[in-house]
Amino acid sequence: MVTFNLLVSVALLYVVGLFGVAFYADRAARRGGSKWVRSPWTYTLSLSVYCTAWTFYGAVGNAARSGLEYLTIYLGPTLVFLGFWVLLRRLVRIGRAERITSIADLISSRYGKSTALAIIVTCLAVTGTTPYIALQLQSVTLSFAAFVPDGQVVDLNATALWVAAGLAIFTILFGTRNLDSNERHHGVVMAIAIEAVVKLVALLALGIFVVWGVSDGLGDMLLRIESSPVADWQPDAGRWIGMAFLSAAAVICLPRMFQVLVVENSDERHLRVAAWAFPLYLMLISLFVLPIAVVGLALLPAGSNPDLFVLSIPLALEQDALAMLAFLGGFSSATSMVIVASIALATMVSNHIILPLWLSLQGPRATMSGDVRDVMILSRRASIAVVLALGYTYFRITGGTAALSSIGLVSFAGVAQVVPALLGALYWRGATRKGAIAGVCTGFLIWCYTLFLPAIGVMGTDVMETGLFGVGQLRPQALFGLAGLDPLVHSIFWSMALNSCLFILVSLLTFPSPLERLQGAAFVNAFERSGDDQAIARGVADTEDLLVMAQRLLGAREAQELFQSAAEEQGKSGYLPEPTPKFVARLERELAGSVGAATAHAMVRQIDGNASVSVEDLLAVADESAQMLEYSSQLEAKSQELEQTARQLRDANEKLTALSIQKDAFLSQVSHELRTPMTSIRSFSEFLMEGGMSSENRARYSRIIHDESLRLTRLLDDLLDLSVLESGQVVLNEQSAVLGELMGRALAFAGTDALEVSLEGDAQEMSLSTDTDRLSQVFINLVSNAQKYCDAETPKLRIIMRERSGQFEIDFLDNGSGVPLAQQSIIFEKFARLTDQTSAGSAGLGLAICREIMSRLGGSITYLPDFPGGAFRVSLPRNSLKRAA
Amino acid sequence: MSDGPDAPHRRTEFLQRSVYRRRRLLDGLRVLPLLGLMLFLLPAVLLAGGPGTTAIRLIYFFITWAGLILVCALLVRRLSDADEDR
Repeated sequence: MVTFNLLVSVALLYVVGLFGVAFYADRAARRGGSKWVRSPWTYTLSLSVYCTAWTFYGAVGNAARSGLEYLTIYLGPTLVFLGFWVLLRRLVRIGRAERITSIADLISSRYGKSTALAIIVTCLAVTGTTPYIALQLQSVTLSFAAFVPDGQVVDLNATALWVAAGLAIFTILFGTRNLDSNERHHGVVMAIAIEAVVKLVALLALGIFVVWGVSDGLGDMLLRIESSPVADWQPDAGRWIGMAFLSAAAVICLPRMFQVLVVENSDERHLRVAAWAFPLYLMLISLFVLPIAVVGLALLPAGSNPDLFVLSIPLALEQDALAMLAFLGGFSSATSMVIVASIALATMVSNHIILPLWLSLQGPRATMSGDVRDVMILSRRASIAVVLALGYTYFRITGGTAALSSIGLVSFAGVAQVVPALLGALYWRGATRKGAIAGVCTGFLIWCYTLFLPAIGVMGTDVMETGLFGVGQLRPQALFGLAGLDPLVHSIFWSMALNSCLFILVSLLTFPSPLERLQGAAFVNAFERSGDDQAIARGVADTEDLLVMAQRLLGAREAQELFQSAAEEQGKSGYLPEPTPKFVARLERELAGSVGAATAHAMVRQIDGNASVSVEDLLAVADESAQMLEYSSQLEAKSQELEQTARQLRDANEKLTALSIQKDAFLSQVSHELRTPMTSIRSFSEFLMEGGMSSENRARYSRIIHDESLRLTRLLDDLLDLSVLESGQVVLNEQSAVLGELMGRALAFAGTDALEVSLEGDAQEMSLSTDTDRLSQVFINLVSNAQKYCDAETPKLRIIMRERSGQFEIDFLDNGSGVPLAQQSIIFEKFARLTDQTSAGSAGLGLAICREIMSRLGGSITYLPDFPGGAFRVSLPRNSLKRAA
Repeated sequence: MSDGPDAPHRRTEFLQRSVYRRRRLLDGLRVLPLLGLMLFLLPAVLLAGGPGTTAIRLIYFFITWAGLILVCALLVRRLSDADEDR
């Protein structure tokens, strides 16, 4: 006889073994994966989390009560897996491409990342799963109790508490160890695969014992079946189809199934094995269910709980080893379900409820990714604890009552409410968020009202019999007068019918948002992206590809250093580290520094092969590119500005250089000009000092000295005048004068003895307003220039005064040979005296002064090259000063 | 593989044939669940209360079940072979 203590020890040993397996698998996966961790067989076995304690113990009980009906629970999933090419392949492809973390995430993601939908599906999942977890706790405690000899008392609640606490620790340890971006838990999956083997071996061993040990082989067994009460059962078409449908829906939509089927899938090709191997597993596990039930009914005293036949048959026949194995099988079924379900629920609760809440409470401060990561892990762990606590509480409240035994199918019916929205998500682009919300909510409510609440026993008998508020049409199990149906079928019918109708109707009537439409296209056309289903995504990033990309972005040396240091950290030689999530994340961060976070993410994921680029990725990339474009256009503008400044500086520098040269030339000119009269003054004054000369000579010398000093004075006056004009310090006095008169005075001052002057033009009588003294200075200068330089025999000067549209033009034309072409450009420069032929009294500053004066007056003076003789034109606006100022 | 002038033609023909075979395999995989649906559900609907005992039905279900699994495994095997050949 197995003692209770031995049982507990074996169970503990088994759990320690599972810890070891999970630990080993986690470590192996981190190192790049062992053969087993990523094998399709592990994947297939992990799917057996579908078979919970409810199916392990309950299937036999179900068979004892209603014959072959238990088969539907396995036939539904079999059909789904046989048709993997149609549905599961698409689901897994999308799950990987969109980095889906849960069923709620899938639905929300397809319908425009709707938070509302995510929360609704999460609530649905929690509502449906919590009683189911309680059911597992109950089955474990009952199986413990089965080993307790009569008369001994064991605290079942304490057992349940210990089991729940142990499961919480295991799940937290291996379920939240790292926040892998793709939410895979290799340790957990490996442990569950081992448990799957234990379950199968236990049931097969018991079955073989029952058929060949208790009975005399297959033939005898069939005879026993025929004579057993189970043979009285007749199939009920409604229940048969309804339950097959529910189990088919459940194998996709149950949170734990979605977790192992889609989220934990590391290679799409694993489906090809699972497609036939998982139905095979289901077939084997259900193979001996009916024989066990038949033998149990015949062997055990009437009134024994058929749900525990799996344990009570070997115990009654004193097959201790078999009983222990059966116990471990049931224990495995219960624990694996609770572990995966709580991971899946915790992911949903923390991703869709806690984290959004926390982020909205934090406001914009929560941008540090490390911050969010810590909160995320914490909220995962808290969620796991809460889910198990909920399950335990539920067990304490309803434990031991019949309310739990039917909860398996009730739970299936609950999650099946997601089916219309899910199928719409995968195959119908016209499905909208509002349609999905309407459908799921309606289905959820009807399921609650017609099945869940009555099943858990909170619905009062008055409501059950007379309907809500006494309205007969609202009786939970005869809605709208549809009485006489099996309650389960009734609930499935109404909830699925109204769910689907509202989903389709609202979808047809509403218009999806852009994000919904993009996501819809991405989901429905999931296979068009690669075009070839051969292009199955690899599970692991190719380090060499990553290196090639990193070199391109970071520069060859930097990238190699980064890879080398990562390889050293991993304890490897060479420069190619294992592409662990940690390393990939680090690389992504490094790349983000150079190309922006979204782009880096998209690029790494592309090579990683785990996901294609989502719409949000693309939008983020577009944002980044826009920012970069803006930045680069700013840079461009700045560089243009700089270039312009540089050009201006260059011009200024050239001008300064020219000015400096000019200044040097000017200084040398000035000293030369000053030196000439000074030399003659000095020499003639020396002659005078020597004395002994005629008075005639003395007078001549004195006159020369006098003339030279006059010339010197004039030169200095001119220089002073020019410097005043050039520095802009000149004060201009505005006066009005008639042009002709002004010219007359200038001619009189200049003296025109040797010159024949003729005045022409229509502007002689016109008056102008300017600094007339300065203007006549220009005129005098020009007239005396003509007088000095005109080389004709009879010098003539024509002065033509005209007025054209408010502009005076006064031309001074002489009949000399004019200025040679080559020198026309420099005559207005200082000391630009062309020849020294009649240089007396001129320092070459006249025209420079004229130019300065004219520019101060707002006009100009130019040389007219087309005339035969010397020709100057003075232009001046009528009101010159106002314009010049 | 020959490099003769008609090699590309033969090659194309070969490829088309494999693609054709692959498509038919996929057709089979698509039809398989429908076949399973009929085999699993129709008897329950049609034969409720009709001929057959629980033992016979049990045998029927496990034989069809095993048959479907076998067909599926074969189809998948062929498909994987076809994929590798390409």
